[in-house]
Amino acid sequence: MTEKIITIREALSSALREEMLRDERVFIMGEEVGVWGGTYAVTRGFLDEFGARRVRDTPISEMVIAGAAVGAAMAGLRPVAEIMTINFAFVAMDAIVNHMAKVRYMFNGQFTVPMVIRTTTGGGKQLAATHSHAPEVIFAHFPGMYVAVPGTAYDAKGMLKAAIRDDNPVLFVEHSTMLQRRSPVPVDDPDFLLPIGKSDIKRTGKDVTIVTYQKGLEWSTQAAEMLAQEGIEAEIIDLRWLRPLDLEPVFESVKKTNRAVIVEESLPMFNVGAEVAAQLQEQVFDYLDAPVKRVSAMDQPLPYAANIELMALPDAQKVVKAVKEVL
Amino acid sequence: MAETIQMPKLGFDMAEGTLVRWVKKVGDPINKGDVIAEIETDKATIEIETTASGTILKHLVNEGDVVPVGADIALVGEPGEAAEGAAPAARPAPEAASEPAPVEAPAATPAQPAVAVQVKAGDGRLPSGVKASPLARRIARDKGLDLSQIPGSGPGGRIVRRDVESFTPMQAPPAPPKAAPVPAAPPAAGPVAPPSFGPLPAGPDVEAVPTSKLRARIGRRMVEAKQQVPHFYVTTEMDVEALLNLRQQLNASLEEGAAKISVNDMIVKATALTLRKFPNLNSHFYGDQIVRHKRIHIGIAVALEDGLINVVARDADRTALGTMAAQNKDMVARAREGKVKPEDIEGATFTISNLGPYEVDQFIAIINPPEAGILAIGAAKQVPVVRPDGTIGVGWRMKVTISVDHRISDGAEAARFLQEMKKLIENPMSLLI
Amino acid sequence: MAAPKKDTLLDWYRQMVLIRRFEEKCAELYQQGKIGGFLHLYIGQEATGVGVVSALRDHDHIITAYRDHGIALAKGMEPRRVMAEMLGKRTGTSGGKGGSMHLADREKRFWGGHGIVGGHLPLAAGIALKARYLEQDEVVVALMGDGATNIGYFHESLNLSAVWDLPVVWLIENNGYGMGTAVERASGQPELVKRAIAYGMREGPRVDGMDVLAVHEAVSEAIAYAAKHGPVLMESLTYRFEGHSMGDPQRYRSKDEVARYAEGDPIGRFRTYLDGKFKNVLPELDEIERQVQATIAEAVEFAENSPEPTYEDLVSFVYA
Repeated sequence: MTEKIITIREALSSALREEMLRDERVFIMGEEVGVWGGTYAVTRGFLDEFGARRVRDTPISEMVIAGAAVGAAMAGLRPVAEIMTINFAFVAMDAIVNHMAKVRYMFNGQFTVPMVIRTTTGGGKQLAATHSHAPEVIFAHFPGMYVAVPGTAYDAKGMLKAAIRDDNPVLFVEHSTMLQRRSPVPVDDPDFLLPIGKSDIKRTGKDVTIVTYQKGLEWSTQAAEMLAQEGIEAEIIDLRWLRPLDLEPVFESVKKTNRAVIVEESLPMFNVGAEVAAQLQEQVFDYLDAPVKRVSAMDQPLPYAANIELMALPDAQKVVKAVKEVL
Repeated sequence: MAETIQMPKLGFDMAEGTLVRWVKKVGDPINKGDVIAEIETDKATIEIETTASGTILKHLVNEGDVVPVGADIALVGEPGEAAEGAAPAARPAPEAASEPAPVEAPAATPAQPAVAVQVKAGDGRLPSGVKASPLARRIARDKGLDLSQIPGSGPGGRIVRRDVESFTPMQAPPAPPKAAPVPAAPPAAGPVAPPSFGPLPAGPDVEAVPTSKLRARIGRRMVEAKQQVPHFYVTTEMDVEALLNLRQQLNASLEEGAAKISVNDMIVKATALTLRKFPNLNSHFYGDQIVRHKRIHIGIAVALEDGLINVVARDADRTALGTMAAQNKDMVARAREGKVKPEDIEGATFTISNLGPYEVDQFIAIINPPEAGILAIGAAKQVPVVRPDGTIGVGWRMKVTISVDHRISDGAEAARFLQEMKKLIENPMSLLI
Repeated sequence: MAAPKKDTLLDWYRQMVLIRRFEEKCAELYQQGKIGGFLHLYIGQEATGVGVVSALRDHDHIITAYRDHGIALAKGMEPRRVMAEMLGKRTGTSGGKGGSMHLADREKRFWGGHGIVGGHLPLAAGIALKARYLEQDEVVVALMGDGATNIGYFHESLNLSAVWDLPVVWLIENNGYGMGTAVERASGQPELVKRAIAYGMREGPRVDGMDVLAVHEAVSEAIAYAAKHGPVLMESLTYRFEGHSMGDPQRYRSKDEVARYAEGDPIGRFRTYLDGKFKNVLPELDEIERQVQATIAEAVEFAENSPEPTYEDLVSFVYA
């Protein structure tokens, strides 16, 4: 199998393209996916290659982007709908939560909803309060759908392809500041798929378990390097999916390290760390040698000015500090 | 009047054992000395002999239970007598795979308090005003430690794992050891943390085998030794021509059926005699106390199918070679059959590991704490030698390496020890005295 | 358009009576505590439901909101299984997991009953997109109440259907009230069908929703148009005789008003029509009434004797 070092953007783009070539029922719809080529350039060239039938520009109408994708999926197509940023998904919340995630259950399995909503998340770009949070955890609250949060090009490709092929609805969350991140990705395997709902040990270590995903993975990796200078070995577990949430490797890791730090970009109240910490005390209470620590954004709206925006967001130093507090 | 039978202490560092099988059922008549049950310790499966006679009225623990030393395990009395006894002190055996092996008994100076503490084992409750992590509480519960006595080094003074594991209960002030003290347990060793080599490999190309109790114990002891004991090593070469010749003569003159004397028996004897002159190396390390043993019991490492066990040649400096040869032969046989007696394996003051039979030139051994040292014996082999007259010839040589705990001794003493031992080996007639 | 045959007309009559009697029974069972949750009755609007469903071609689709019993029965869903769903039984059409508001039959191309006002409108667009995408001659009829025209979904769905030329007949069942708020109090443009102009969409007729023949004819034409040219917005002017849902005190309208509309009861009007058109048809209609009563009785018996859902039902079909 040939691997090539490519960006997350290229990984997403190739995953979409491969799946569209493989399955005629797969199509793309969303704002600026066609003529513009995608606001993050993920679908650049797609309109020329696949035509306007399969690459469908929509009006600025998130409710119907999500809802029409649900209808099309119920009827047998496999839509990949794009909602430009997850902040706009709030206006489509009902379509996503009440319809996408529930029609199968509510009608006792008469309908399946094989669709993906791709969207971007994350702050750090001076876009101020409405455009800057990482609220994907909100969507992980609801059974009936999955939430993907890849943090590497490798994962982005294998997870997106798996999401498109799965018969369940998936909210596929991409981080808007990580699209240029590179990693080796299989390029000549059209069936390169990663399992749905499997977390991944990104780094092994014996002193502390860092549970994280996406941007947090970056901060945690930097922090682990800094900690390694001082002889502290951090184990990093990348959740990759917020639902299904795979914490088994986390439990096993904490049995070994006896301490856990959860790192994420979300706001602190009711976030991923809250869930992970709760499950840790339920499952491995007797292995904890220190309180479980969370690193997240500050509990407030994000500002415009760069210096105070960075102040409100996590970074590697904050992760290092949190790790030292539990050692 | 019913009597109770207790879980015997079958080794100085035994704090608990798993009762694997009841040999005598309720209602069975027993006589003192009968085997009533089998228990498994870290070291071996051992049969328990009853200390009472009568009829078994009640089993107070179940097969599979882990029972602290000293806990009542059975009631014995007249048939029909009411079977009222102490509440069982056992806890169910831990789930195998999911938990690390139970933690060693705490270090105790002397040994007795460890048992006492164990019996009033903590129930996991936190004394008021004490902060302890869940893990520290679990370890304390397993080891029967009182959290209120343990200083905490974690955030906000919280007791964390390292505090519990390094804690030595000091109920009684440590009395200086009297004559022939019972060696106390080694410093407590935590479970061996599994190394973080990523997920367990699986698939057709590998086979996962559960770590046996013996292996786990060896693992814990050796990790502890390598981590805590500052080893240093000294090697020398000894001329064993005379020793081999003497051995041949001795064995040739043996009566029919008598055990043959091995090279190893002679090395044991030489070591023991040397240790007489180096009491510091026949001692055990307990931090602020170094306990010198006045008797010399040499542990002999015996390879088993699934590990290693040390049998003990007692008073090796005072035992005749022929007697020692017979005793050693029996002990080794029992060890290989998994039927050692407690006295076979307890009380070593110094240890020898001999890989000579495997044609090993030279190696270094890990000290078995709290012992001061260990000898690693290579093979006796013919090599070119420079004779005292300067000519080249062929001679028999054997390399011996001593590993020593630097907290107890230094290089010069170790070197003198080898020098002294070399004299004995090269003039072996003194071994017969 | 050729006039329907007698058999067809009698079958429409049967459907309208079935819906009426079925719902009267539901109200009774609701008051007995055997039906829970919300119960939105269709009584008074039967001519619209039957007229719309009768206009569908074999491969057409229909989707509606939570006032869905009439569409379900007109689409030929088994009354006994619909009744079982009402009673929350595992033999129900949604296994007892959907209830009154969530009836659907995938095989019959009835895409549900949906509980969120307007939430099903984008679904209709999506189903129509499937037909367009696969170049199939299928039309989706999306029913909605007048109340749904003021929610964002309405705007986004109708606009998208116009931009993409989707084969949808958007049909407003205008019964005069969104819950208790009269259309004139809720819409700047109370002539709801005029909204079509804003989307560049064909403005369909405002049809008399109490006349099953008129509804049938208007919807048939709209379907034919949509199949060829894209979306149509039309309106059926109707009236519900019961409250918005069970327990509605109906302070927003007078008893006189209800009585006035009751004089134009769609079933009575259709009966009169049939009586005028066919000789000696009344005994046949009475026989239909008796058969419907028997069907309802059997449906209730089946539903009441059906088993309740189990734990397995509770946890099944969350995921594919």
